[in-house]
This record gives sequence, C-alpha cells and structure tokens, in this order.
Amino acid sequence: MSKELIRLRDLTMEFDGERILDGINLYINDHEFLTLLGPSGCGKTTTLRIIGGFLTPTSGTVTFDGKCINDVPPYERQINTVFQRYALFPHLNVFDNIAFGLRVAKLPKEEINQRVQEMLEIVSLKGYGHRRIQSLSGGQQQRVAIARALVNRPKVLLLDEPLGALDLRLRKDMQIELKRIQQAMGITFVYVTHDQEEALSMSDTVVVMDKGRIQQIGKPEDIYNEPKNAFVADFIGESNILDGVMLEDYKVRFFGRTFQCVDKGFAPNESVDVVIRPEDIDIVAPDEGHLVGTVTSVTFKGLNYDIIVEFKGFKWLIQTTDHCAEGSTIGIRLNPEDIHIMKKSEYSGMFGDYSSYSAEYDELTEDAGDEEE
Amino acid sequence: MKKNKSVLLSVPYMLWMLAFTLIPLCVVGYYALTDPDTGAFSLGNLQDLSMYLPVLGQSVLYSLISSLICLLLGYPVAYYIAHRGPVAQKILYMLVMLPMCMSFLLRTLAWVGLLQDTGIINNILDAIGIGRLQLIRTPGAVVLGMVYNYLPYMILPLYSTLVKMDDRLIEAAEDLGCTPLQTFGRVILPLSVPGILSGITMVFVPAVSTFYISQKLGGTDTVLIGDLIERLFKQGDNPNLGAALSLVLMLLVFVCTGIMNRFGGDEEGGVVI
Repeated sequence: MSKELIRLRDLTMEFDGERILDGINLYINDHEFLTLLGPSGCGKTTTLRIIGGFLTPTSGTVTFDGKCINDVPPYERQINTVFQRYALFPHLNVFDNIAFGLRVAKLPKEEINQRVQEMLEIVSLKGYGHRRIQSLSGGQQQRVAIARALVNRPKVLLLDEPLGALDLRLRKDMQIELKRIQQAMGITFVYVTHDQEEALSMSDTVVVMDKGRIQQIGKPEDIYNEPKNAFVADFIGESNILDGVMLEDYKVRFFGRTFQCVDKGFAPNESVDVVIRPEDIDIVAPDEGHLVGTVTSVTFKGLNYDIIVEFKGFKWLIQTTDHCAEGSTIGIRLNPEDIHIMKKSEYSGMFGDYSSYSAEYDELTEDAGDEEE
Repeated sequence: MKKNKSVLLSVPYMLWMLAFTLIPLCVVGYYALTDPDTGAFSLGNLQDLSMYLPVLGQSVLYSLISSLICLLLGYPVAYYIAHRGPVAQKILYMLVMLPMCMSFLLRTLAWVGLLQDTGIINNILDAIGIGRLQLIRTPGAVVLGMVYNYLPYMILPLYSTLVKMDDRLIEAAEDLGCTPLQTFGRVILPLSVPGILSGITMVFVPAVSTFYISQKLGGTDTVLIGDLIERLFKQGDNPNLGAALSLVLMLLVFVCTGIMNRFGGDEEGGVVI
C-alpha cells in the first residue's frame, strides 16, 4: 500500500509500578485509517497519548518518518489531536478556536481567514464562526474540535473516542463524515474507541488491545472472521466459544461429534477453542440437525431475534430472522466455513458462554467503556 | 408553602443587617449631609473633601501597587498549588491560610519589631557592616504591610480558578503548536482572568480602607483615607466630615467591585464579593 509513517517499537509504559503498556509493536502507514480498539484500561488511550507526545514511554521508541521522536514535545510534532470531550477553548469563539493553531504558526491573516472558512464548510458549520463554544450542541462542538485539528493540515490526526459523548444517531452520521474527511484530505487517522462496530465500519486496520498488549492487528474482515483468541472473538461481535480437539487438518471434534472445517496447521489432537458466530448457524428441523437443543429465551432485536439455545447444558446464542418459540426443540447445522478454530490462549474459557446471557448485556459493557478517564 | 418557610429562615439575618448595617449606614449618611455646628442639611462636608483628594489618591495608589505585587507573588504560588496532588494541595492550602489564623494586629506589630530602627533587620545590617537603614515609616513599609496581610486573599481565588482549569486545554494548546510560554499567554492567562479580577478586588478593597497598617508602618506622609476617617471620628474633630469621607470611600469600593464584576461578568469561576 503506502509507506510507513509511524512505528512503535517495544513500547512499555508504567505508572506507579503498574504496567499499562507491555511491549507494543505497531507500524502505521501514510493515509491509513487505523483504530485502536479495546475495553477501558486496555492501554489504547495511553498509546495514543504517547504518539501525540503527551506521555513519554517508560521504554521503547516512537519513530515518525524514520526519525525517533521520543523527546520531541507535542508542539513540534506534525500531529494534531481531537481530544475526548473536545477540550475547546471556552474563552474563544468558534472561529478563534479553529484559527488557534494557524495564529500560533503566525500565518498571514488572509490565509488564516480563508483556511478557517474552508474548514467551517468541510465540517458543515458555515456561518457559525462567531458563535460561542458554550452555545453549541455536542455534535457541533465535536466538529469544531475536528476542524481545529485538521485546519493545521497535520500528517497525522489522533482521535480519542471522539464520538463517545454523542447519541447513537449523531454518532452514525459522524462516522460517515469522518471517513469522508479522512479520504478527501488524505490524512492518516489514528482512532481510539471501545466501540467495535465503529472500529469495523471505519478502519483500514484494526488493532485490538487488552491488558496493555496488542491481541490482534488486521483488516476489519480478518479480525471478525479470523479472531486470534477468545478475547478478540468475544470483543468483536458475538461469539459462541467451545472447547474442541483438532483431530487432523480440516477435522475438529466437539460436543461428541466430528465436524468438517476449513482450518489446518494444528498438531494432531491439539485442544483448541472453536468459535461459531451466532449469525452463521442454520436452524433446521430437529431430525435434520447436527445438534439438537432447546430454546430457553427469545429476544426481539429489530433486525433479528437473539435466541439462547441449550445444548447438553451449554448455552449458545443464535441470531435468526425466523421466530422460534421459547421451549421448542430445534436442530442446527454447521457448515465447514461457519466453524473457526483458534489456538488456546490465556483467555480460553473466559468468554463465549451465554449461560448468564441477558438482553441488557450489551448496554452494560458499553457503559463501562464510557468511564475511561 | 415551601417558599414562605425558606423566607423565614433568612429573617434573623435580615434583622441583623437592618440593625447593624442599614441603620448605621443611614446614620453615616445623615452625618455626612449635615452641618457639624447647626445640624442642618448641608453639602459642605462633601465640598470640604476636596482637600483630602491627595490622601485619597495616595490610598488608591498604594492599594493598587499592593494588589499588583500580590498578583505577581500569588499567581505562581497558586499555579504551583493547583498542580500538586490532592493531599499536597490541601496541605499547601492550609499553609496559605495559616497567617490568617493569627491576629491581624499582631502580625502588623511584628513587622514593626522587624523594621524599626533598632529592629532585628537593622541590627543584622549593622552587624554585617552595611549600617542601619530607614525601613519603617516609609511608603515601602506600608505597601509591604498590605502585601503581607492580604496576599492570601489573592492566592485563594487564583487557586480556585486555576484548579478548575481543564488540563486538556493546556494539552490542546501544545498540540496546536504552542510552546509552554505561548500556552500560558494564549490559554492559561486568559482563562485565569476571573481569578485575577476577584483576587485584585479582594486585596484592593481592604487595602484601600486600612488604617492600622499605615499607622504602625507608615510615617507622617503616608496617611491613608482609613487613618483620616479614624482621626476625624476618634479624636472628635469632625465626625460629619469623617462620615462624608466614609461615604466617598464606600462609593469608591462599589465602583471598583462594579468594574471588576463587569470585566469578569461573563466568565465563570470568579469569587463574587
């Protein structure tokens, strides 16, 4: 694709003896939209702040265009940031906020004027220049923050949960808007979020983080379809994760049955984690199924039903557009490409069991994520 | 119903205000506007005040200088305190408050002991061969007394403004290319304006009306309005003139706070007096 712009090498970060980042290695290409995704406390914001120059890593190096920038202060980096909760200057109006960086750089007045106006247009705030920051809605403040950063034409824009404070509808609009701006201006975006949907829909590359370590780097499709471990499988979308044994290449055994699959390269009889996405499961009549189970709960989600089905004491989540009555017995079929095999990891057994499933599950985890910093 | 009850809660204070503030104020007004000999209505007292204009000017000048020095001394300290950890902040805050636990009179008297011709400082200067200097009974000593006594009133509002400032604004300024000095000039200082204004008010107002400091530390040429008023009342010279002078001083204070509030009016965080 394009050339490498930023590289993080063996980054570690410690606060009061607590390890926040543990050996981060990552490169970011020019013009790339890269997302750091993970739950709160995973180190994604810390990583972003190190790139921005607000934190100095305990060890490891940050290089920008081939040069180490560990000791370069933020004001000398060709990087701008859109802060969580925006950090707009309350004593300045919209125009002056956006013009801030250009005035510091002592650009000619006409050029400042022209670039700010141009930026106001890009973020659809034309005519808002004289408004006070306090009189703007959250979405408008958000766009001022983006304009204030982008007007400096940075090489890299860092965005720290920029849409976290907006409501769902506005968030969706802004996601499209941000992607459009990124493509139109050809700037590298490094985006931090705990929202997996946001990460998947906007990014060229997704970096999934947990406990200060990178769990997986890849294209959104690869992350979703080929999660590396139980954490990634669970964090990105919903997953049923089961214990299985890889008998040989393309053959996996779980629930006392041998299934065809598309994975290979495991040792014979290696125990593995088996991931089955809830939307990949076909519901059939009980006598036609590979497995037969009982529906224990049904939740209407709009697009589909979330149904919990019990198989031999283990509960699965299945997403289906067909209604199944609670208490009914159904059969399911699994095609080889529906089954994804992962190596065992420290996360094995921690995720992918829906025995304690409740409809509020999603909202609860999202709330927890919002509290970061 | 609820509203009526809450009105009742303020009745004791209302009575207090009436008895000890509003009525005395009327008395002051009455004295100021009556002739000392005849007791008839007269603007004579106010006209006589013109001879005290230099004293008034001197009071304002000394108070402004003191406020400015307090600001220059207080701002860095307030900034330092505001950027410590929570425990350190509490301790430092207490330390700033500590002098206020001691009597104002005692603190000023202590300066007499330090500054007088046979005081500690002069003894030391003499001992090391510099010789005794005229320290007490100078304008500098009066300003020193004001700064010393009112510095906490500057630090506290500055601190409370600075501690509320979002650190991310400072990061944002750096992110947009500001060196630390530019960050201070473009973001931190403008956002401290409410604290600066209320600090200046809180130093200026007591300083402009003080009499004890100038009496103890000042000389015959450093008479302030406060001294004059005290003399006019206490020595029984002319309470009517004293009342008029009080009225003018009060007006001055009102105008000052008014100006300060106007400047800082649309900003948050200032301490309203």
